[in-house]
Amino acid sequence: MTKILKFGLLIYFGAVIVFAFIKPPPLTGQTWSDGSRIFYFHVPQAFVAFVAFATSMIYSILYLKRRNPLDDRKAALSVELGLVFCILATLTGAIFARIAWGSYWNWDPRETSILILLLIYAAYFALRQSVTDERRRASFSAVYLILAFVAVPVFGLVLPRVYESLHPSDTIVSGGSIDLRGYVAAIFFSSMACFLAIYYWLFNLGGRVISLEYKRLEELDAG
Amino acid sequence: MGWIKRVIALTAKDIRVELRTRYAINSLVLFAVVTLVAVGMTIGLQINTPSLHAGFIWIAILFSSLQAQSLSFVKEEEAKTGDLLRLYTDPGVVYIGKLLFSFVLSAFLAVVLIVLYIFLMDLSVPDMGQFIVMILLGTIALASATTIIAAIVSRTAMKGALFAVLSFPLLLPILIVAISGTESILTGVKWTVLFDDIRILIAYPAIVVTLSYMLFEYVWNE
Amino acid sequence: MADNTTNKLQLNVKSVSHRFGRRRVLSDVSFRCETGDAICVTGHNGSGKSTLLRILSGLLVPTGGDVELIKGGTKLGKSERRRALRLVSPEISLYESLTGFENIELVTKLSGVEVSQSEMESALEEVGLEGRGDDMFGAYSSGMKQRLKIATAMITEPAVLLLDEPTANLDDAGRERIYHIMHDFQVRGILIFATNEKQEVRFGGQVVGLD
Repeated sequence: MTKILKFGLLIYFGAVIVFAFIKPPPLTGQTWSDGSRIFYFHVPQAFVAFVAFATSMIYSILYLKRRNPLDDRKAALSVELGLVFCILATLTGAIFARIAWGSYWNWDPRETSILILLLIYAAYFALRQSVTDERRRASFSAVYLILAFVAVPVFGLVLPRVYESLHPSDTIVSGGSIDLRGYVAAIFFSSMACFLAIYYWLFNLGGRVISLEYKRLEELDAG
Repeated sequence: MGWIKRVIALTAKDIRVELRTRYAINSLVLFAVVTLVAVGMTIGLQINTPSLHAGFIWIAILFSSLQAQSLSFVKEEEAKTGDLLRLYTDPGVVYIGKLLFSFVLSAFLAVVLIVLYIFLMDLSVPDMGQFIVMILLGTIALASATTIIAAIVSRTAMKGALFAVLSFPLLLPILIVAISGTESILTGVKWTVLFDDIRILIAYPAIVVTLSYMLFEYVWNE
Repeated sequence: MADNTTNKLQLNVKSVSHRFGRRRVLSDVSFRCETGDAICVTGHNGSGKSTLLRILSGLLVPTGGDVELIKGGTKLGKSERRRALRLVSPEISLYESLTGFENIELVTKLSGVEVSQSEMESALEEVGLEGRGDDMFGAYSSGMKQRLKIATAMITEPAVLLLDEPTANLDDAGRERIYHIMHDFQVRGILIFATNEKQEVRFGGQVVGLD
């Protein structure tokens, strides 16, 4: 990304943060209303984590088709980035939970699903570490990612269903209805855009480093 | 010669070898017994509600199942017979063959565990039919979802620990539904209440198995 | 000349190289052969003989180069290749908990072929294992194991026979039998074997040295 864009992003993001705290919180009428500001950050983080995960799955499919080691590296890169956003989302979620309901963790379906996502990413790296052969590592990683991704939407659908049959929803993570009024929408979507831009930038950067590394290795090999 | 015959040949081989060596069966029973006895002796009496029983049964099943599952593929690699299968038949046959074998093992595990559990933990079951169906379905579902992971893990360095970690996301939906379903059964419900759970326990593994079947060659041929 | 060419199988090895991680094991190996040829692969231990055979059998995908099997002008696909090639190697074992017969039966069924009891018996006879078919493979001596491995490979009538150290573990009588088999096979198929034994090199029409 060019310098201008980077700088622009910095300013834009700064503005988002500032406005997130200046303007009234998205949710009002609760003692923890102020805490709901986290919504501006928590949801985009979770969303980007998911996007990163989906991207890595796409690169995995590409790898199995084209057998280009760069695809495998990029998938791993995306998982790495996704992990970061996932950790952030878990942390911000926990902070909110503490403010709103008194404890950091509640085994609420949404909370649990972000934790599961975290564990899937971590397992991915554990797998990569335990395979020494490059091609095998890439194949196994790709297969695992594709399988895991299929399991994820099931969490989104199975968990809520089961929990509803047991406990009619009394814990609502999103804290009731958040009215996407003018400024709320503006800040929220701006934040979303910023996080996505950050992810894209880092991914792009990482991708270029990977390509360069590979070129270097090929040269060393041939020489 | 039909594809089905080839698959049966593979499954039959696994069953025959298993009956002769009792490799997986032994560890299955051992794990089940150890888990039940260890917990039973310590906090056994405090497990007296349907939800606690449900949770505990499935933890015992899960550990035993994971243990036995990974053995099947690891054995092939260690005995150097994996390549034999690769040379003589295609990955799809191997996958389905191993899958069917895991069904057999699972059914065995289910029976063993049901008997042991009811006996050791003094469990009273309102409707035995429901109970058996749920345990059987759940055990088979667990095994089928993890067959491909077992194959992956058998060719890595870490094996055991890695298997549990990797199969986790695939297992969790099954485990959750199974535990909740078992809890309902132990509380006493009509069959109609269980239909949703049963549907998931059949549909979800079916999806995972289909996907695994398509992906298996990328794991097996490496 | 005429019609035999359509049944002839051609094996083309083109610039095959392979490395495990950073370690290069094979460099630019090329050769061609067809039905009726025998190739001997030589080289000191660690020169990549086994690796080359594994690549030829399809078990390993080379990091560089390509292997083609051509029949009657068309290149064979994956499953056809699998059926045409058989590999006997110290790295591949049969099932210890199955009998000789059961092992043969398993292998033939897996490849989609039915063999009769008498066919199995004559296969055993050919390698000098008559009467041992009902014994557990695990109970065989290492020489017997090697011979059964070769028998199982042969019974599915492959077009290409790959032998990695064919006479390993065998006594003189065993060796003679295997040489006999190799000689017979060469006429109707492609024989490729890897060996360290100098006296066996004479079997190979072509010699591929990997040093």
